[in-house]
Amino acid sequence: MLLEKTQIAETGPEGQEMFVLNLGPQHPATHGVLRVKLTMDGEYILHAEPVPGYIHRMHEKMGENRTYAQFLPNTSRIDYLSAMHYTHAFVGAVERAAGIQVPRRTEFVRVLTSELNRIASHLVWFGAFLLDLGGFTPLLYAFDDREQIMDLLEGLCGARLTYCYYRFGGLYNDVDDEFIEGTRAFVAYMRPRLELYRKLVTDNIILRKRLEGIGPIDANLCRQYGATGPVIRGAGVPYDVRRAEPYSIYPELDFEIVVFPQTDCMARYQVRMAELEQSLGIIEQVLDRLPAGPFQAKVPRVIKLPPGDTCYAVEAARGRFMVRIVSDGREIPYRVKLRTPSFANLALFEEATRGMMLPDALAVMGSLDLVIPDIDR
Amino acid sequence: MKSPLREVLSGFVSLLTGMRITLQQFFRKPVTVHYPHQTLPIPKRYRGHVVLLRDPESGQALCIACKACQKACPSDCIAVDGIKREGERRKSVTEFKLDFTKCSLCGSCVEVCPVDALEFSRAYNLASTRREAFHQIDLVRRPGASQQ
Amino acid sequence: MPEPFRLLVYLGGIMAFVGLNAAYLVWVERKAAARFQRRPGPTEVGPAGLLQPLADAIKLLSKQVLVPPEADRLLFRLAPAVVMAPALMCLAVLPFSERLGARDVPLGLVLVFAFGSIHVLALMVAGWASRNKYSIISAARVVSQNVAYEIPLLLVVITVLMMTGTTSLREIVDGQAGAFWHWNLFNLKVNPLMPVTFVIFFICLLAEMNRAPFDMAEAESELVAGAFTEYAGMSFGVFFMAEYANIVVGCALATILFLGGWHSPVGLLPGLGWFLLKLYALIFVVVWVRWTFPRTQFYRLLNLSWKILIPISMFTLVLTSVMMKLF
Repeated sequence: MLLEKTQIAETGPEGQEMFVLNLGPQHPATHGVLRVKLTMDGEYILHAEPVPGYIHRMHEKMGENRTYAQFLPNTSRIDYLSAMHYTHAFVGAVERAAGIQVPRRTEFVRVLTSELNRIASHLVWFGAFLLDLGGFTPLLYAFDDREQIMDLLEGLCGARLTYCYYRFGGLYNDVDDEFIEGTRAFVAYMRPRLELYRKLVTDNIILRKRLEGIGPIDANLCRQYGATGPVIRGAGVPYDVRRAEPYSIYPELDFEIVVFPQTDCMARYQVRMAELEQSLGIIEQVLDRLPAGPFQAKVPRVIKLPPGDTCYAVEAARGRFMVRIVSDGREIPYRVKLRTPSFANLALFEEATRGMMLPDALAVMGSLDLVIPDIDR
Repeated sequence: MKSPLREVLSGFVSLLTGMRITLQQFFRKPVTVHYPHQTLPIPKRYRGHVVLLRDPESGQALCIACKACQKACPSDCIAVDGIKREGERRKSVTEFKLDFTKCSLCGSCVEVCPVDALEFSRAYNLASTRREAFHQIDLVRRPGASQQ
Repeated sequence: MPEPFRLLVYLGGIMAFVGLNAAYLVWVERKAAARFQRRPGPTEVGPAGLLQPLADAIKLLSKQVLVPPEADRLLFRLAPAVVMAPALMCLAVLPFSERLGARDVPLGLVLVFAFGSIHVLALMVAGWASRNKYSIISAARVVSQNVAYEIPLLLVVITVLMMTGTTSLREIVDGQAGAFWHWNLFNLKVNPLMPVTFVIFFICLLAEMNRAPFDMAEAESELVAGAFTEYAGMSFGVFFMAEYANIVVGCALATILFLGGWHSPVGLLPGLGWFLLKLYALIFVVVWVRWTFPRTQFYRLLNLSWKILIPISMFTLVLTSVMMKLF
């Protein structure tokens, strides 16, 4: 089970014996293919160099060769754990550029499905993070809850992970009563489960000792590298794209931006657990206020955007995801730029883990919630 | 003196609480559906590979070989061909090959079809030892049952 | 029965017991882990997956045992043999019921702890002989972990020793005859903090056996695969079996010292059945703890021992001696 091999030992500037260790590209936990070259002095990390690119699938290049409608499946696959958000960003960018007015019902359904997706993504993070730390059981409890979300979304649009549900100006199909009843039942089921996770995991002294005070990432470091999402909210900065660059119907919904100022792994953990609670609240509001009406606006068969560029940012599960479309008037975009949160979050890994011990560095990596396809696109 | 002791005690209690929770879960039924001995019902809208819909009386495929799906597909999975037969208003399809090895189940072909001739099947347990089972599925020849 | 013949029968019996336990504790662990995680566990091989350990054994036997070229030839092959031996030797002195016990040695308690430390030596030999930087680091960690946890363990045992006044295991159990309030666990007259002592004993046992949450040595650990990285096939299987054998020995010892051995809780019909019941209840708790908690960090593991368990166990020791002197 040798996942790594050592290389030549050298002598560092202070005469300590250094060696280079490879972490990955295969990992025991569900991280994806990221290679990190660690220069270590005994147990301490001197320099951590992430080497991404093992799952580079050239989505941005594919954007230059496909029409806007043909690029939709790609959007789900950039970060497959929070696929709805990414489709929302792309669809939103095209709608913004073409001036397409989206019906109210569609906006509500998009927020509903996005928040369900956020919960599913955070549950995967929760399970994988604890797996990294050696607790095998909460992973399965989290996946049990996630199955329910995936079953709901499967009943809605037919796919479990890569949804491709939103269309320009609307949705692929309308929500039915079965989905709404199921979602209400899920919200009622999930709140006690969050309580269970709190008692089993969050309050657990072993976990607390493992995460408290480990891996401080302060607001300055986040700003230098552009880290967003729970990373920056765990550093005390109340930055959330849903409030900073409001989109869809988020201005009408009542939810808090959860911030924890401690900057350690525990703060980031608690931000995500609290976000689960907030998402459940948003889902309840949306269900109560879901308007009747059409779910698809009239859009031309072939979408051609006017020349120029458009951006649209969303708060994905991992941070700020932004799509920038540069159009030259044709039906195929000139350039599709995907600004992914995990790329920026990974960038601060090197500085954050200088001088740390290896298990702590892995806890930090888990707390950053990196999804490697998101880094490499 | 008091505080570390209290921390030890509260830490120990948190461990016992965690153990009680796992023990409660121990006595509940497993959530696993033991496939293949048990299966789950497949939702109506499940996205299996696309199939051609047929006219209930004549049994002929509704497809008019307009190639809209072929143009809409992002992955070049579809190859359609058709001829206009004598006495018919529209073309009828002679060949409809789906390359399921590249299909991403996006639904563009289903959506864009002007006569609603395509729909998703509910075939989820596709397994074969031959590449031909997926590489160029001939949808004209297949029965095209929409409920599977 | 002539003595050498009786000993041979017992030896065979003990080896069979250890072997069956090692094999079927794997099944118990996998099924229990599965139930804690709301899934069925092994079900395909044999009824309820009971033949799964057999399938695993066949798989391990069929793998090639690769000896790394730079490894120390003799020590590499010696380590799996040495790791199994202490469990067998300890079981020779543990009494299972009034009439079942290979050899009742007057210094049985001391013997068990003397032999128990050898398995750590075997792990160190395994790590060293592999000539793999990470195996050595991992093995060294195991040694320091075991040394750290020996101390509170022995302090607790000395407490029990003071209470019972004898090192013979059979006499310790005889002193707990009767219903469950006679057990050492509930002997609050002499040591009001006896349950705390038992908890400390149990924690130290978990650390000695390298079980989660103290399983740095063998975990699918964050970085290295542990002291047995280079072992493949059945030699790895032997380390695995030795771990379960040690669990059996540890829990048997806990049963004898604290839970009254083969005496029944209601004072009637003592016997082997009660001993096994208590033994397997404790093993279930060991498995339960493993699947509930994440792992600690290494230095916290040591901190727990040196800064928390040792002061508490010394305090209970002093308390016991004071209570015994005054009352």
